[in-house]
Amino acid sequence: MLHYVFRLRFRPSLMVVTFLLAALTVLPATAADPLNVRIGYLQWKPDTGPVLSNVLPEPKDAGLRGAELAIADNSTTGKFMGHNYELTTQVTDSEQAAITEFEALQQQGVQVFVANVPASTLAAMMNKASADTLVFNAGAADDTLRTRECNSNLLHTIPSYAMLTDALNQWLQLRRWNAVFLITGPTAEDLAWADAFRRSAKRFGVKIIEDKPWTFDADLRRTAAKELPLFTQAKDYDAVVVADVRGDFGEYVPFNTWLPRPVVGTQGMSPVAWHRVVESWGAAQLQSRFQELAGRNMNSADYAAWTAVRSVGTAVTQTGQADASSIRQFIFSDRFQLAAFKGRKLNYRQWNGQLRQPIPLIHPRGLVATAPFEGFIHPRTEMDTLGFDEPESNCRING
Amino acid sequence: MKSLLRKTVLASLIGLSAPAMASVAYVSNEKDNTLSVIDTATMEVVETIEIGARPRGILLSKDYTKLYICASDDDTVQVLDLASRKIIDTLPSGEDPEQFALHPNNKHLYIANEDDAIVTVVDVSTKVVLAQIDVGIEPEGMAVSPDGKWAVNTSETTSMLHWINTETFEIDKNIVVGQRPRHVEFSEDSKIAWASAEIGGTVHIIDVDKLEQIHEMSFKVPGVNQDRVQPVGIELTSDGKYAFVALGPANHVAVVDAKTYEVLDYLLVGSRVWQLDLNKDQTQLYTTNGVSGDVSVIDIEDMKVIKSIKVGRYPWGVVIDPNS
Repeated sequence: MLHYVFRLRFRPSLMVVTFLLAALTVLPATAADPLNVRIGYLQWKPDTGPVLSNVLPEPKDAGLRGAELAIADNSTTGKFMGHNYELTTQVTDSEQAAITEFEALQQQGVQVFVANVPASTLAAMMNKASADTLVFNAGAADDTLRTRECNSNLLHTIPSYAMLTDALNQWLQLRRWNAVFLITGPTAEDLAWADAFRRSAKRFGVKIIEDKPWTFDADLRRTAAKELPLFTQAKDYDAVVVADVRGDFGEYVPFNTWLPRPVVGTQGMSPVAWHRVVESWGAAQLQSRFQELAGRNMNSADYAAWTAVRSVGTAVTQTGQADASSIRQFIFSDRFQLAAFKGRKLNYRQWNGQLRQPIPLIHPRGLVATAPFEGFIHPRTEMDTLGFDEPESNCRING
Repeated sequence: MKSLLRKTVLASLIGLSAPAMASVAYVSNEKDNTLSVIDTATMEVVETIEIGARPRGILLSKDYTKLYICASDDDTVQVLDLASRKIIDTLPSGEDPEQFALHPNNKHLYIANEDDAIVTVVDVSTKVVLAQIDVGIEPEGMAVSPDGKWAVNTSETTSMLHWINTETFEIDKNIVVGQRPRHVEFSEDSKIAWASAEIGGTVHIIDVDKLEQIHEMSFKVPGVNQDRVQPVGIELTSDGKYAFVALGPANHVAVVDAKTYEVLDYLLVGSRVWQLDLNKDQTQLYTTNGVSGDVSVIDIEDMKVIKSIKVGRYPWGVVIDPNS
């Protein structure tokens, strides 16, 4: 029935150009002088070393492409308002280069930045930030940036480890998977993720019955079947939790556990900021726009950069101001709301500048659920059941 | 005895309001690629018609002989002949058509192309594309004023209402509203436009002569988290008395006094209520409930939900044929 229908694809090309020009000639009536909005994008990712599960490597332009899409999205609105958005990109090969570029761009008058760098680099960068510079952290999930190392010129769009592990533990609690086996990798990120998980487990009443570091260095593609069942031997558990942020051994844990149990954490079912399988709330449109731009799927780093640049766009559209201080002021006002395809309006936490957001729990080919879940309540917003709440954080970046 | 009597009275009342032929409602099922046909007298699905991929917006031709269907994933608008209930034609629609609106001249169809940030205007009699107009990101809602002067498009990510002059096919005015504007509905006299903003949680009332916002409504549904109050579809009674606003995942329809903009009531319907349509004599309102996969029927006089009708997966649009 469906397929007999003649598939007529109307591809506008020349016509669009004509009407775009027509639209532009009409519009300046509303816009006097164009407002230029410059955003700097800085990326530095240290080499994580060789990993065992290197079959599907992470894209090198993760983050950058999200920022580019958001600039395009902002510009579409901007052309009706007389606002020009410009992204200046620096993808560097060392921490020092990232800091140098950050300083150089500030000297050129750029005030608003998206940083996709590790937490230590970000801290070094913020030491070089002038008072009228605003930085969006789209790369570092470290909890210390949200609890102790606070900076009033720093906002975070990437969810913290605590937000991710709180989302996961809400799910474990909801499913009554109350006893888990935790495996932690050797890197600093793995340890930070596992620390966050332990805190969340305590918070939501999930018991860690075994807490074992991963110490093997064998190539699991040959020996997974042998090594992992023995490694995960325990009396009983409801799920195995993996803390393997860079994706070294974690992909080999599912189906190789001693007991036939699900695997969750950084592999298996994972809490993420974004993934291709998120399609509700209009997300299908964002996914297809991104696919068209980048030729690949949008991931969490892309989404974090996208929300950062869109936050700037939303503030500029509403205020008509492009300086960092006006943008910051608007972002922390109760008028700010970001539509970001997660089914709720998003805004930033006053105390530490973290973007509140629901956390999807995904497996590689499907969405399992989205936290926060019904029943986990909070006097301000249910989204504040994820991550460090105001009383748990030392940050007070708005006084 | 008493209940039997009541049933008899009720039956005769139904008999009176729907004489020879029953009125028919059409519902597009986004994830089933089907159209459910509901007999509004019995409130039952009488037929399920297979149509194009991801059907969303649907509307009737002004002579009520055809139903136009946005088959989003087939990048086309299908034309269903109501007499035979068969797809008889397709129209060039641009990519990913989501919602559309027909000019009172019964010829010019304004289609929002969600993926391309364009509004396409097609002459349905000649199938000629008359214009493609650049709008904001994710154009969604489309409405043409009953007097035919304005075509309004909402762009979700740009959060604007684009006012397209129907003579020049050019944008005369852009109005920034709340986040993620979804739908626009004009009053019968074309003087007032109602626009819903899904993420903003607001409905914006626009004075059409001045092209200015004159009022902004918000909603508070008892027992429902404010985040979940997400206005989408709007329907107005032609006597200017009521507006109905579908509140999405709040699972309620707001009943609004269309003169004072005061919310009179919140009616509990199915999950994620999306679009609405009134029957011909405006005694009943049908709502599509996406997540629960059903249609709720609201009795306007009593302001009560009287029935829910199971349809396909993710029902999106609903229209009731007043001529059937």
